[in-house]
Amino acid sequence: MYDVVVIGGGPSGLAAAVEAKKEGASVLIIEREAMLGGILKQCIHDGFGLIRFGKKLSGPEYAELYIKEVKDLGIETRLQTFVTSIKKNQDEFEITVTSSIGMSVIAAKTIVLSTGCRERTARQVFIHGTRPVGVYTAGTAQNFVNHLGYLPVKKCVILGSGDIGLIMARRLTLEGAKVVGVYEIKCTPSGLTRNIHQCLKDFDIPLYLSHTVTRVFGEPRLTGIEVAEVDQFMKVKPGTEKYIECDGLILSVGLIPENELAETIGVKIDQKTKGPEVNEKMMTSVEGVFSCGNALHVHDLVDYVSEGSATAGKNAAKYAGVKEKEAIVSSEGMLSLVPQRITEGEHEIIFYFRTLCDRKKATLTITVNGNEEGKTVKKYTNLLPPEMERVKLKLNVKGGDKVHFKLEGE
Amino acid sequence: MEMVCIACPNGCRLSIEKKEDGSLLVSGNKCPKGVAFANEEMLAPKRSVCTTVRTIYKKLPAVPVRIDGEIPKEKIFDFVQETKKIVLDRPYSFQEAVIENLFDLGINVICSVDMNRLIGE
Repeated sequence: MYDVVVIGGGPSGLAAAVEAKKEGASVLIIEREAMLGGILKQCIHDGFGLIRFGKKLSGPEYAELYIKEVKDLGIETRLQTFVTSIKKNQDEFEITVTSSIGMSVIAAKTIVLSTGCRERTARQVFIHGTRPVGVYTAGTAQNFVNHLGYLPVKKCVILGSGDIGLIMARRLTLEGAKVVGVYEIKCTPSGLTRNIHQCLKDFDIPLYLSHTVTRVFGEPRLTGIEVAEVDQFMKVKPGTEKYIECDGLILSVGLIPENELAETIGVKIDQKTKGPEVNEKMMTSVEGVFSCGNALHVHDLVDYVSEGSATAGKNAAKYAGVKEKEAIVSSEGMLSLVPQRITEGEHEIIFYFRTLCDRKKATLTITVNGNEEGKTVKKYTNLLPPEMERVKLKLNVKGGDKVHFKLEGE
Repeated sequence: MEMVCIACPNGCRLSIEKKEDGSLLVSGNKCPKGVAFANEEMLAPKRSVCTTVRTIYKKLPAVPVRIDGEIPKEKIFDFVQETKKIVLDRPYSFQEAVIENLFDLGINVICSVDMNRLIGE
Protein backbone atom coordinates (compact mmCIF):
# COMPACT_ATOMS: atom_id res chain seq x y z
CA MET A 1 0.00 0.00 0.00
CA TYR A 2 1.19 3.50 -0.84
CA ASP A 3 0.83 6.41 1.55
CA VAL A 4 -0.02 8.73 -1.35
CA VAL A 5 -1.17 7.89 -4.86
CA VAL A 6 -1.14 10.86 -7.21
CA ILE A 7 -3.49 10.59 -10.17
CA GLY A 8 -2.19 12.69 -13.06
CA GLY A 9 1.47 13.38 -13.88
CA GLY A 10 1.20 16.97 -15.08
CA PRO A 11 2.71 19.98 -13.29
CA SER A 12 0.25 19.62 -10.44
CA GLY A 13 0.82 15.89 -9.85
CA LEU A 14 4.59 16.29 -10.10
CA ALA A 15 4.67 19.05 -7.47
CA ALA A 16 2.33 17.12 -5.16
CA ALA A 17 4.37 13.92 -5.49
CA VAL A 18 7.69 15.68 -4.83
CA GLU A 19 6.37 17.34 -1.70
CA ALA A 20 4.71 14.16 -0.40
CA LYS A 21 7.94 12.23 -0.90
CA LYS A 22 9.94 14.91 0.92
CA GLU A 23 7.59 14.41 3.89
CA GLY A 24 8.68 10.79 3.97
CA ALA A 25 5.64 9.19 2.33
CA SER A 26 5.71 6.32 -0.17
CA VAL A 27 4.39 7.82 -3.39
CA LEU A 28 3.13 6.56 -6.75
CA ILE A 29 2.22 8.74 -9.75
CA ILE A 30 -0.31 7.31 -12.21
CA GLU A 31 -0.27 8.96 -15.65
CA ARG A 32 -2.40 7.96 -18.64
CA GLU A 33 -0.03 9.41 -21.25
CA ALA A 34 3.32 7.93 -22.27
CA MET A 35 5.30 10.80 -20.76
CA LEU A 36 5.17 12.87 -17.58
CA GLY A 37 4.67 16.63 -17.82
CA GLY A 38 1.01 16.98 -18.83
CA ILE A 39 0.06 19.98 -20.91
CA LEU A 40 3.44 21.66 -20.27
CA LYS A 41 4.99 19.31 -22.83
CA GLN A 42 3.32 21.22 -25.64
CA CYS A 43 3.42 24.71 -24.07
CA ILE A 44 6.75 25.54 -25.70
CA HIS A 45 6.44 29.31 -25.16
CA ASP A 46 8.27 30.93 -22.26
CA GLY A 47 7.09 32.87 -19.24
CA PHE A 48 6.82 29.89 -16.91
CA GLY A 49 8.68 29.80 -13.61
CA LEU A 50 9.15 33.53 -12.98
CA ILE A 51 7.69 33.12 -9.51
CA ARG A 52 8.76 29.55 -8.69
CA PHE A 53 12.31 29.62 -10.10
CA GLY A 54 12.91 33.35 -10.60
CA LYS A 55 13.60 32.88 -14.30
CA LYS A 56 11.71 32.77 -17.57
CA LEU A 57 11.42 29.15 -18.71
CA SER A 58 9.47 27.37 -21.42
CA GLY A 59 6.78 24.85 -20.41
CA PRO A 60 8.88 21.77 -21.19
CA GLU A 61 11.80 23.18 -19.19
CA TYR A 62 9.56 23.87 -16.20
CA ALA A 63 8.29 20.28 -16.39
CA GLU A 64 11.83 18.90 -16.84
CA LEU A 65 12.99 20.46 -13.55
CA TYR A 66 10.16 18.70 -11.70
CA ILE A 67 10.57 15.41 -13.58
CA LYS A 68 14.25 15.43 -12.65
CA GLU A 69 13.30 15.87 -9.02
CA VAL A 70 10.77 13.04 -9.25
CA LYS A 71 13.50 10.75 -10.65
CA ASP A 72 16.14 11.90 -8.16
CA LEU A 73 13.78 11.24 -5.25
CA GLY A 74 13.05 7.78 -6.63
CA ILE A 75 9.30 8.35 -6.88
CA GLU A 76 7.53 5.45 -8.59
CA THR A 77 5.55 6.19 -11.74
CA ARG A 78 3.14 4.15 -13.83
CA LEU A 79 2.78 5.61 -17.31
CA GLN A 80 0.13 4.76 -19.92
CA THR A 81 -2.00 3.66 -17.02
CA PHE A 82 -5.62 4.68 -16.74
CA VAL A 83 -7.65 4.80 -13.54
CA THR A 84 -11.06 3.22 -14.13
CA SER A 85 -12.47 3.41 -10.62
CA ILE A 86 -11.77 4.33 -7.02
CA LYS A 87 -13.40 2.62 -4.07
CA LYS A 88 -13.20 3.89 -0.50
CA ASN A 89 -12.84 1.18 2.12
CA GLN A 90 -12.48 1.62 5.88
CA ASP A 91 -8.87 2.85 6.02
CA GLU A 92 -7.74 2.74 2.42
CA PHE A 93 -8.63 3.42 -1.15
CA GLU A 94 -8.76 0.76 -3.82
CA ILE A 95 -7.71 2.19 -7.18
CA THR A 96 -8.43 0.02 -10.21
CA VAL A 97 -6.22 0.74 -13.21
CA THR A 98 -5.78 -0.62 -16.72
CA SER A 99 -2.59 -0.61 -18.76
CA SER A 100 -0.77 -2.75 -21.30
CA ILE A 101 -0.16 -5.34 -18.58
CA GLY A 102 -3.88 -5.61 -17.84
CA MET A 103 -6.07 -4.63 -14.90
CA SER A 104 -4.67 -4.24 -11.43
CA VAL A 105 -5.69 -2.82 -8.08
CA ILE A 106 -3.53 -0.36 -6.16
CA ALA A 107 -4.12 0.39 -2.48
CA ALA A 108 -3.55 3.88 -1.10
CA LYS A 109 -3.92 5.61 2.25
CA THR A 110 -4.59 8.92 0.55
CA ILE A 111 -5.23 10.11 -2.99
CA VAL A 112 -4.20 13.33 -4.72
CA LEU A 113 -6.42 14.12 -7.69
CA SER A 114 -4.37 16.18 -10.12
CA THR A 115 -6.33 15.29 -13.21
CA GLY A 116 -6.23 18.69 -14.88
CA CYS A 117 -8.72 20.07 -17.38
CA ARG A 118 -10.38 19.29 -20.66
CA GLU A 119 -11.02 21.88 -23.33
CA ARG A 120 -14.49 22.98 -24.26
CA THR A 121 -15.27 21.86 -27.82
CA ALA A 122 -17.26 23.18 -30.80
CA ARG A 123 -20.30 21.14 -29.75
CA GLN A 124 -20.31 22.82 -26.35
CA VAL A 125 -20.40 26.32 -27.80
CA PHE A 126 -23.13 25.51 -30.31
CA ILE A 127 -21.57 26.25 -33.65
CA HIS A 128 -23.91 25.18 -36.42
CA GLY A 129 -23.16 23.74 -39.84
CA THR A 130 -21.22 20.81 -41.21
CA ARG A 131 -18.61 18.81 -39.30
CA PRO A 132 -15.54 19.53 -41.38
CA VAL A 133 -11.89 18.78 -40.79
CA GLY A 134 -10.11 21.92 -39.69
CA VAL A 135 -12.00 22.79 -36.51
CA TYR A 136 -9.63 22.25 -33.61
CA THR A 137 -9.43 23.18 -29.98
CA ALA A 138 -6.39 25.37 -29.28
CA GLY A 139 -4.77 22.52 -27.35
CA THR A 140 -5.20 20.11 -30.25
CA ALA A 141 -3.72 22.63 -32.68
CA GLN A 142 -0.89 23.16 -30.21
CA ASN A 143 -0.23 19.44 -30.07
CA PHE A 144 -0.14 19.23 -33.88
CA VAL A 145 2.33 22.09 -34.23
CA ASN A 146 4.56 21.76 -31.19
CA HIS A 147 4.58 18.04 -30.54
CA LEU A 148 3.95 16.36 -33.89
CA GLY A 149 5.49 19.05 -36.07
CA TYR A 150 2.49 19.54 -38.40
CA LEU A 151 0.93 22.81 -39.46
CA PRO A 152 -2.81 21.95 -39.37
CA VAL A 153 -4.10 25.20 -40.97
CA LYS A 154 -3.00 27.68 -43.62
CA LYS A 155 -5.47 30.47 -42.97
CA CYS A 156 -7.51 30.42 -39.79
CA VAL A 157 -9.77 32.24 -37.39
CA ILE A 158 -9.51 31.89 -33.64
CA LEU A 159 -12.69 31.87 -31.58
CA GLY A 160 -12.22 32.90 -27.97
CA SER A 161 -9.46 35.00 -26.47
CA GLY A 162 -8.29 32.55 -23.81
CA ASP A 163 -4.55 32.37 -23.25
CA ILE A 164 -4.00 29.20 -25.27
CA GLY A 165 -5.85 30.78 -28.21
CA LEU A 166 -3.68 33.91 -28.05
CA ILE A 167 -0.50 31.86 -27.76
CA MET A 168 -1.59 29.76 -30.75
CA ALA A 169 -2.33 32.89 -32.78
CA ARG A 170 1.33 33.83 -32.40
CA ARG A 171 2.62 30.29 -32.85
CA LEU A 172 0.67 29.63 -36.07
CA THR A 173 1.80 33.02 -37.41
CA LEU A 174 5.45 32.16 -36.71
CA GLU A 175 5.02 28.85 -38.53
CA GLY A 176 3.67 30.62 -41.61
CA ALA A 177 -0.11 30.37 -41.24
CA LYS A 178 -2.29 33.44 -41.66
CA VAL A 179 -4.39 34.22 -38.59
CA VAL A 180 -7.26 36.39 -39.86
CA GLY A 181 -8.44 37.44 -36.44
CA VAL A 182 -9.42 36.49 -32.90
CA TYR A 183 -13.16 36.69 -32.17
CA GLU A 184 -14.39 36.99 -28.59
CA ILE A 185 -18.08 36.83 -27.65
CA LYS A 186 -17.58 38.81 -24.45
CA CYS A 187 -16.88 42.53 -24.44
CA THR A 188 -13.55 41.98 -22.67
CA PRO A 189 -10.66 39.64 -23.51
CA SER A 190 -10.40 36.32 -21.63
CA GLY A 191 -6.61 36.01 -21.63
CA LEU A 192 -3.84 37.80 -19.76
CA THR A 193 -3.25 41.40 -20.87
CA ARG A 194 0.38 40.69 -21.66
CA ASN A 195 -0.66 37.94 -24.06
CA ILE A 196 -2.98 40.32 -25.93
CA HIS A 197 0.10 42.49 -26.43
CA GLN A 198 2.88 40.03 -27.15
CA CYS A 199 0.79 37.53 -29.13
CA LEU A 200 -1.66 39.72 -31.06
CA LYS A 201 -0.44 43.34 -31.18
CA ASP A 202 3.16 42.33 -31.98
CA PHE A 203 1.90 40.52 -35.10
CA ASP A 204 -0.93 42.90 -36.07
CA ILE A 205 -3.55 40.20 -35.48
CA PRO A 206 -6.91 41.92 -34.95
CA LEU A 207 -9.08 41.16 -31.89
CA TYR A 208 -12.85 41.50 -32.37
CA LEU A 209 -14.71 41.78 -29.07
CA SER A 210 -18.48 41.12 -28.85
CA HIS A 211 -18.23 38.88 -31.91
CA THR A 212 -18.75 35.16 -32.37
CA VAL A 213 -18.66 32.42 -34.98
CA THR A 214 -22.18 31.46 -35.98
CA ARG A 215 -21.67 28.84 -38.66
CA VAL A 216 -19.04 26.67 -40.30
CA PHE A 217 -18.99 25.63 -43.96
CA GLY A 218 -17.24 22.93 -45.95
CA GLU A 219 -17.19 19.16 -46.36
CA PRO A 220 -14.92 17.31 -45.76
CA ARG A 221 -12.54 20.27 -45.16
CA LEU A 222 -13.51 23.62 -43.69
CA THR A 223 -13.84 26.24 -46.44
CA GLY A 224 -15.17 29.18 -44.47
CA ILE A 225 -17.01 30.44 -41.45
CA GLU A 226 -19.64 33.02 -40.64
CA VAL A 227 -18.98 35.55 -37.88
CA ALA A 228 -21.41 38.04 -36.38
CA GLU A 229 -21.60 40.76 -33.80
CA VAL A 230 -23.43 40.09 -30.55
CA ASP A 231 -25.37 42.39 -28.24
CA GLN A 232 -24.87 42.78 -24.48
CA PHE A 233 -26.81 39.56 -23.88
CA MET A 234 -24.49 37.70 -26.27
CA LYS A 235 -27.30 37.31 -28.80
CA VAL A 236 -26.36 37.65 -32.46
CA LYS A 237 -27.30 41.01 -34.00
CA PRO A 238 -29.19 40.16 -37.21
CA GLY A 239 -27.64 41.64 -40.33
CA THR A 240 -24.10 41.73 -38.94
CA GLU A 241 -23.16 38.29 -40.31
CA LYS A 242 -20.00 38.16 -42.39
CA TYR A 243 -18.40 35.30 -44.33
CA ILE A 244 -14.67 34.59 -43.91
CA GLU A 245 -12.83 32.18 -46.16
CA CYS A 246 -10.47 29.95 -44.15
CA ASP A 247 -9.36 26.34 -43.73
CA GLY A 248 -9.05 26.41 -39.97
CA LEU A 249 -11.08 27.39 -36.92
CA ILE A 250 -9.25 27.26 -33.60
CA LEU A 251 -11.35 27.22 -30.45
CA SER A 252 -10.10 28.73 -27.23
CA VAL A 253 -13.39 28.80 -25.41
CA GLY A 254 -12.55 27.63 -21.96
CA LEU A 255 -11.42 24.74 -19.84
CA ILE A 256 -13.46 22.30 -17.80
CA PRO A 257 -11.84 20.77 -14.70
CA GLU A 258 -11.87 17.00 -15.06
CA ASN A 259 -13.56 15.62 -11.98
CA GLU A 260 -15.48 12.55 -13.08
CA LEU A 261 -13.34 10.32 -10.86
CA ALA A 262 -13.73 12.69 -7.94
CA GLU A 263 -17.50 12.68 -8.33
CA THR A 264 -17.72 8.87 -8.30
CA ILE A 265 -16.39 8.87 -4.72
CA GLY A 266 -18.72 11.66 -3.63
CA VAL A 267 -16.38 14.65 -3.70
CA LYS A 268 -18.42 17.84 -3.40
CA ILE A 269 -17.97 20.19 -6.37
CA ASP A 270 -17.98 24.00 -6.12
CA GLN A 271 -20.30 25.39 -8.80
CA LYS A 272 -18.11 28.48 -9.20
CA THR A 273 -14.76 26.76 -9.77
CA LYS A 274 -16.25 23.50 -11.19
CA GLY A 275 -13.63 21.80 -9.05
CA PRO A 276 -13.81 20.15 -5.62
CA GLU A 277 -14.41 22.21 -2.50
CA VAL A 278 -11.28 22.01 -0.39
CA ASN A 279 -9.91 23.21 2.93
CA GLU A 280 -6.56 25.02 3.28
CA LYS A 281 -4.84 21.61 3.20
CA MET A 282 -6.40 21.05 -0.23
CA MET A 283 -8.47 18.17 1.16
CA THR A 284 -11.85 17.65 -0.48
CA SER A 285 -15.12 16.82 1.27
CA VAL A 286 -14.02 13.17 1.25
CA GLU A 287 -11.49 12.40 4.01
CA GLY A 288 -8.11 11.44 2.59
CA VAL A 289 -8.84 12.74 -0.93
CA PHE A 290 -6.92 15.85 -1.99
CA SER A 291 -7.32 17.98 -5.10
CA CYS A 292 -4.97 20.42 -6.79
CA GLY A 293 -3.93 22.08 -10.04
CA ASN A 294 -6.41 22.77 -12.81
CA ALA A 295 -8.72 19.99 -11.62
CA LEU A 296 -9.28 22.11 -8.50
CA HIS A 297 -9.69 25.44 -10.31
CA VAL A 298 -8.43 26.79 -13.62
CA HIS A 299 -5.13 28.63 -13.10
CA ASP A 300 -3.43 31.05 -15.43
CA LEU A 301 0.07 30.53 -14.00
CA VAL A 302 1.75 27.17 -13.51
CA ASP A 303 3.79 28.65 -10.66
CA TYR A 304 0.61 28.85 -8.57
CA VAL A 305 -0.33 25.33 -9.67
CA SER A 306 2.95 24.08 -8.21
CA GLU A 307 2.44 26.07 -5.03
CA GLY A 308 -1.07 24.79 -4.33
CA SER A 309 -0.19 21.25 -5.37
CA ALA A 310 2.80 21.15 -3.04
CA THR A 311 0.38 22.03 -0.22
CA ALA A 312 -1.86 19.13 -1.30
CA GLY A 313 1.05 16.67 -1.49
CA LYS A 314 2.48 17.72 1.86
CA ASN A 315 -0.84 17.38 3.63
CA ALA A 316 -1.66 14.07 1.95
CA ALA A 317 1.62 12.71 3.33
CA LYS A 318 0.87 14.09 6.80
CA TYR A 319 -2.76 12.97 6.82
CA ALA A 320 -3.50 11.23 10.11
CA GLY A 321 -7.07 10.14 9.50
CA VAL A 322 -8.50 12.40 12.17
CA LYS A 323 -11.54 14.42 11.16
CA GLU A 324 -11.05 18.12 11.94
CA LYS A 325 -13.61 20.84 12.67
CA GLU A 326 -13.88 23.42 9.91
CA ALA A 327 -15.00 26.97 9.25
CA ILE A 328 -16.90 27.74 6.05
CA VAL A 329 -15.64 30.38 3.63
CA SER A 330 -18.02 32.34 1.40
CA SER A 331 -17.37 35.10 -1.12
CA GLU A 332 -18.99 38.15 -2.66
CA GLY A 333 -17.89 40.06 -5.74
CA MET A 334 -15.70 37.16 -6.81
CA LEU A 335 -15.94 34.65 -9.65
CA SER A 336 -14.26 32.04 -7.48
CA LEU A 337 -12.38 31.63 -4.21
CA VAL A 338 -10.20 28.72 -3.05
CA PRO A 339 -10.02 27.25 -0.40
CA GLN A 340 -13.68 27.09 0.56
CA ARG A 341 -13.14 25.71 4.08
CA ILE A 342 -10.58 26.30 6.86
CA THR A 343 -9.71 23.85 9.62
CA GLU A 344 -9.93 25.03 13.22
CA GLY A 345 -6.93 26.89 14.59
CA GLU A 346 -4.51 29.61 13.54
CA HIS A 347 -2.97 29.24 10.09
CA GLU A 348 -1.25 31.21 7.42
CA ILE A 349 -3.36 30.48 4.33
CA ILE A 350 -2.92 31.33 0.69
CA PHE A 351 -6.22 32.21 -0.97
CA TYR A 352 -6.68 32.36 -4.73
CA PHE A 353 -9.54 34.36 -6.21
CA ARG A 354 -10.83 36.00 -9.38
CA THR A 355 -12.77 39.24 -9.43
CA LEU A 356 -16.32 39.03 -10.76
CA CYS A 357 -15.82 42.04 -13.05
CA ASP A 358 -13.19 44.60 -14.09
CA ARG A 359 -12.30 46.87 -11.18
CA LYS A 360 -9.97 49.86 -11.40
CA LYS A 361 -9.77 50.01 -7.61
CA ALA A 362 -10.93 47.36 -5.17
CA THR A 363 -10.91 46.54 -1.47
CA LEU A 364 -10.95 43.07 0.03
CA THR A 365 -12.62 42.76 3.41
CA ILE A 366 -13.20 39.78 5.67
CA THR A 367 -16.03 39.33 8.15
CA VAL A 368 -16.21 36.48 10.64
CA ASN A 369 -19.73 35.35 11.61
CA GLY A 370 -21.20 38.58 10.27
CA ASN A 371 -21.23 40.28 13.65
CA GLU A 372 -18.58 42.92 13.11
CA GLU A 373 -17.46 45.49 10.61
CA GLY A 374 -15.56 43.85 7.74
CA LYS A 375 -11.81 44.03 8.28
CA THR A 376 -9.94 45.44 5.28
CA VAL A 377 -7.15 43.04 4.37
CA LYS A 378 -5.92 44.38 1.06
CA LYS A 379 -6.45 47.10 -1.52
CA TYR A 380 -6.07 46.43 -5.23
CA THR A 381 -5.77 48.33 -8.49
CA ASN A 382 -6.73 47.01 -11.94
CA LEU A 383 -8.38 43.69 -11.17
CA LEU A 384 -9.52 41.66 -14.18
CA PRO A 385 -11.44 38.34 -14.19
CA PRO A 386 -8.82 36.59 -16.40
CA GLU A 387 -6.08 37.32 -13.88
CA MET A 388 -6.14 35.19 -10.73
CA GLU A 389 -5.11 36.93 -7.52
CA ARG A 390 -3.20 35.33 -4.67
CA VAL A 391 -3.34 36.62 -1.12
CA LYS A 392 -1.66 35.19 1.98
CA LEU A 393 -3.58 35.73 5.21
CA LYS A 394 -3.19 34.74 8.83
CA LEU A 395 -6.52 33.56 10.19
CA ASN A 396 -7.64 32.09 13.47
CA VAL A 397 -10.97 30.28 13.19
CA LYS A 398 -13.17 27.91 15.14
CA GLY A 399 -15.17 25.03 13.75
CA GLY A 400 -18.52 26.26 12.42
CA ASP A 401 -17.31 29.86 11.93
CA LYS A 402 -18.56 31.63 8.83
CA VAL A 403 -15.77 33.57 7.11
CA HIS A 404 -17.01 35.98 4.46
CA PHE A 405 -14.72 37.50 1.80
CA LYS A 406 -16.06 40.61 0.12
CA LEU A 407 -14.47 42.31 -2.86
CA GLU A 408 -15.80 45.79 -3.59
CA GLY A 409 -14.90 48.63 -5.90
CA GLU A 410 -15.43 50.06 -9.34
CA MET B 1 1.78 57.25 -23.96
CA GLU B 2 0.45 54.02 -22.54
CA MET B 3 1.81 50.50 -22.88
CA VAL B 4 1.56 47.11 -21.20
CA CYS B 5 4.71 45.66 -19.66
CA ILE B 6 5.22 42.06 -20.80
CA ALA B 7 8.17 41.29 -18.52
CA CYS B 8 6.02 39.16 -16.21
CA PRO B 9 2.41 37.98 -15.81
CA ASN B 10 1.47 41.08 -13.80
CA GLY B 11 1.12 42.90 -17.13
CA CYS B 12 1.43 46.36 -15.55
CA ARG B 13 -0.21 49.20 -17.49
CA LEU B 14 2.57 51.72 -17.91
CA SER B 15 2.21 55.45 -18.49
CA ILE B 16 5.20 57.01 -20.17
CA GLU B 17 6.07 60.68 -20.39
CA LYS B 18 9.09 62.14 -22.10
CA LYS B 19 10.93 64.55 -19.82
CA GLU B 20 12.67 67.71 -21.09
CA ASP B 21 16.09 66.06 -20.98
CA GLY B 22 14.80 63.29 -23.26
CA SER B 23 14.63 60.62 -20.56
CA LEU B 24 11.39 58.77 -19.82
CA LEU B 25 9.17 59.12 -16.78
CA VAL B 26 7.49 55.74 -16.26
CA SER B 27 4.61 55.16 -13.87
CA GLY B 28 2.17 52.33 -13.22
CA ASN B 29 4.96 49.75 -12.87
CA LYS B 30 5.02 47.48 -9.83
CA CYS B 31 8.76 46.80 -10.16
CA PRO B 32 11.94 48.20 -11.79
CA LYS B 33 11.55 45.80 -14.74
CA GLY B 34 8.75 48.05 -15.96
CA VAL B 35 11.10 51.04 -16.36
CA ALA B 36 13.68 48.93 -18.19
CA PHE B 37 10.97 47.48 -20.43
CA ALA B 38 9.53 50.90 -21.29
CA ASN B 39 12.94 52.30 -22.20
CA GLU B 40 13.80 49.34 -24.38
CA GLU B 41 10.39 49.28 -25.99
CA MET B 42 10.68 52.96 -26.97
CA LEU B 43 14.21 52.63 -28.41
CA ALA B 44 14.74 49.08 -29.65
CA PRO B 45 12.06 46.54 -28.74
CA LYS B 46 13.28 43.01 -28.05
CA ARG B 47 11.51 39.69 -27.66
CA SER B 48 12.32 36.19 -26.49
CA VAL B 49 11.08 33.65 -29.03
CA CYS B 50 10.29 29.96 -28.80
CA THR B 51 9.79 27.46 -31.62
CA THR B 52 10.50 23.84 -32.52
CA VAL B 53 13.18 22.15 -34.62
CA ARG B 54 13.06 18.87 -36.53
CA THR B 55 14.90 15.75 -35.45
CA ILE B 56 15.77 12.41 -37.07
CA TYR B 57 13.87 10.54 -34.33
CA LYS B 58 10.43 9.13 -35.16
CA LYS B 59 9.39 9.36 -31.52
CA LEU B 60 10.33 13.06 -31.39
CA PRO B 61 9.45 14.69 -34.73
CA ALA B 62 9.68 18.19 -33.26
CA VAL B 63 11.68 19.34 -30.26
CA PRO B 64 10.98 22.64 -28.47
CA VAL B 65 13.77 25.22 -28.38
CA ARG B 66 14.07 28.80 -27.15
CA ILE B 67 16.54 31.65 -27.27
CA ASP B 68 18.38 32.05 -23.97
CA GLY B 69 18.03 35.81 -24.27
CA GLU B 70 16.18 38.30 -26.45
CA ILE B 71 16.48 39.32 -30.08
CA PRO B 72 15.41 42.53 -31.83
CA LYS B 73 11.68 42.35 -32.54
CA GLU B 74 12.21 42.69 -36.30
CA LYS B 75 14.39 39.55 -36.31
CA ILE B 76 11.64 37.22 -35.03
CA PHE B 77 10.79 35.72 -38.43
CA ASP B 78 14.47 35.49 -39.46
CA PHE B 79 15.06 33.46 -36.31
CA VAL B 80 12.21 31.03 -37.08
CA GLN B 81 13.59 30.58 -40.63
CA GLU B 82 17.04 29.90 -39.17
CA THR B 83 15.66 27.06 -37.03
CA LYS B 84 14.02 25.49 -40.11
CA LYS B 85 17.48 24.93 -41.56
CA ILE B 86 18.60 22.45 -38.94
CA VAL B 87 17.71 18.84 -38.11
CA LEU B 88 18.88 17.42 -34.79
CA ASP B 89 20.72 14.18 -35.54
CA ARG B 90 21.75 13.26 -32.00
CA PRO B 91 20.03 13.49 -28.61
CA TYR B 92 20.65 16.97 -27.20
CA SER B 93 20.69 17.35 -23.46
CA PHE B 94 18.53 19.68 -21.41
CA GLN B 95 19.26 23.35 -22.24
CA GLU B 96 22.15 22.41 -24.57
CA ALA B 97 22.76 24.89 -27.41
CA VAL B 98 21.41 23.72 -30.78
CA ILE B 99 22.47 27.00 -32.47
CA GLU B 100 25.38 28.95 -30.96
CA ASN B 101 25.84 32.70 -31.16
CA LEU B 102 22.61 33.38 -33.04
CA PHE B 103 23.00 36.26 -35.56
CA ASP B 104 26.29 37.13 -33.81
CA LEU B 105 24.24 38.45 -30.88
CA GLY B 106 26.13 36.37 -28.34
CA ILE B 107 23.07 34.35 -27.42
CA ASN B 108 22.21 30.71 -28.06
CA VAL B 109 19.20 28.70 -29.11
CA ILE B 110 18.77 26.02 -26.46
CA CYS B 111 16.93 22.70 -26.29
CA SER B 112 13.94 22.81 -23.88
CA VAL B 113 13.92 19.06 -23.17
CA ASP B 114 16.26 16.22 -22.29
CA MET B 115 16.07 14.28 -25.57
CA ASN B 116 17.73 11.19 -24.09
CA ARG B 117 15.01 10.88 -21.48
CA LEU B 118 12.23 11.30 -24.04
CA ILE B 119 13.72 8.83 -26.50
CA GLY B 120 14.24 6.31 -23.69
CA GLU B 121 10.81 6.65 -22.09
